[in-house]
Amino acid sequence: MSWTVFFVAIFSSMLINNVVLMKFLGVCPFLGVSKKTNSALGMSAAVMFVMVIAAFVSYLLYYLVLVPLEIEYVQTISFILIIASLVQLVEMIIKKVSKKLYKSLGVYIALITTNCAILGIAVENITSDFAGQYGLFPGLAVAVTTAFGAALGFGLVMFAFSSIRERLEGSNVPEAWKGVPVSLITAGIMALAFAGLGGIVG
Amino acid sequence: MAKTKNVKKEMSRLANFTKGFFKENPVFVFLLGLCPALAVTGTVEASLGMGILVIFVLTSSNVVVSLIRKWIPHQIRVPSYIVIISTFVTIVGLLTEAYAYALHGELGIFIPLIVVNCLILGRAESYASKNKVHDAAIDGFGMGLGFLGALVVIGFFREFLSTGAIAYGVYLPLAETPGSIINIDSYVFSMDAFGQAPGGFLVIGLLLGIFNFVAILKRNKKERERQRMIEEKKRQALERKRQKAKEKAGANA
Repeated sequence: MSWTVFFVAIFSSMLINNVVLMKFLGVCPFLGVSKKTNSALGMSAAVMFVMVIAAFVSYLLYYLVLVPLEIEYVQTISFILIIASLVQLVEMIIKKVSKKLYKSLGVYIALITTNCAILGIAVENITSDFAGQYGLFPGLAVAVTTAFGAALGFGLVMFAFSSIRERLEGSNVPEAWKGVPVSLITAGIMALAFAGLGGIVG
Repeated sequence: MAKTKNVKKEMSRLANFTKGFFKENPVFVFLLGLCPALAVTGTVEASLGMGILVIFVLTSSNVVVSLIRKWIPHQIRVPSYIVIISTFVTIVGLLTEAYAYALHGELGIFIPLIVVNCLILGRAESYASKNKVHDAAIDGFGMGLGFLGALVVIGFFREFLSTGAIAYGVYLPLAETPGSIINIDSYVFSMDAFGQAPGGFLVIGLLLGIFNFVAILKRNKKERERQRMIEEKKRQALERKRQKAKEKAGANA
């Protein structure tokens, strides 16, 4: 295993298989909190925080607890509980450590539990079988890197989309297409652009 | 007296059932559960399969939440709902894997992700936790049907635009041999993008825009009619006044 694995993991999960535009994970915050660039960036930071930790914990939980006990079918329940409690924990820690950070991220952290990107990446790390490909602990590193790349991709798309939406506010959109419809069509055109990146990394 | 009350109750139950179809459609009106609505609607059949799974999970989780609503402490209600929902999602996932393997492969990661579908948690929180069991079941079934309808509409447009045909029997055991309902042999456009990721956003955006457009047209028509009625009444009042004034003038003269 060489370092290129990590490079490919970050690059492909950030741009080629972008969470929002290619996999349709996390569309709710993508449409909900992208009206202003600042809140979009706050949301992306919170998502990155939780996504990396969730990928780490869920991977270990699956291979160290569920597989030895042969209860892989409770995967969904255990992962969602892990994520929900993790979100609570992260919220408490941030509140304790930095009042300023809590003020800017606090609102978004509560929303993260229902962000399907977190659970989606955790489940996908298991289904893509990194442990089988690279071994248990190198696989963990790849899984965490993939989650980091996915979070970066989420942040990138959130930033771009919120900037476009800020411009859309001032433009002359037909009455019926104002708000969500025009945003969805914008997202569609962005997805077309991202689809062009497919096939760069085999 | 009792009879009229009964009729009223029946009516409200019917309204409860049908409200999810158009007026409170989860996808097109509330924009809930957009992730599956975008991701699995590449074909009509996959949309249909997803809709059926959601109906099952939504109805059963609504029933269970409503059954135990009095014993759930208020502070931990959301985690308890999530546990209930994910139990049913696990059941549904295993059943699909056993009886409709092609569908399981097509939906893939979006089966476990039914857990975080805001529609299901939203119904548990806003309806099932406050209402009786049979009402909750009706609500869940109706809302699920509305969701299914929305997915199938989106899937129809996407599959037709990308392939020019509506296939059946590929993912669901609907027929012995796969076939297609509509099939334009000489379909030359074959806009693949509509079957893939970008098409989901484009089709939902266009559909929402068209629905808005129709709603605005209707509202404008209503508004114009109202305006005309007001004008008509004003004119009548004015005429009456004139008539009176004339009569008075005639009496004076």
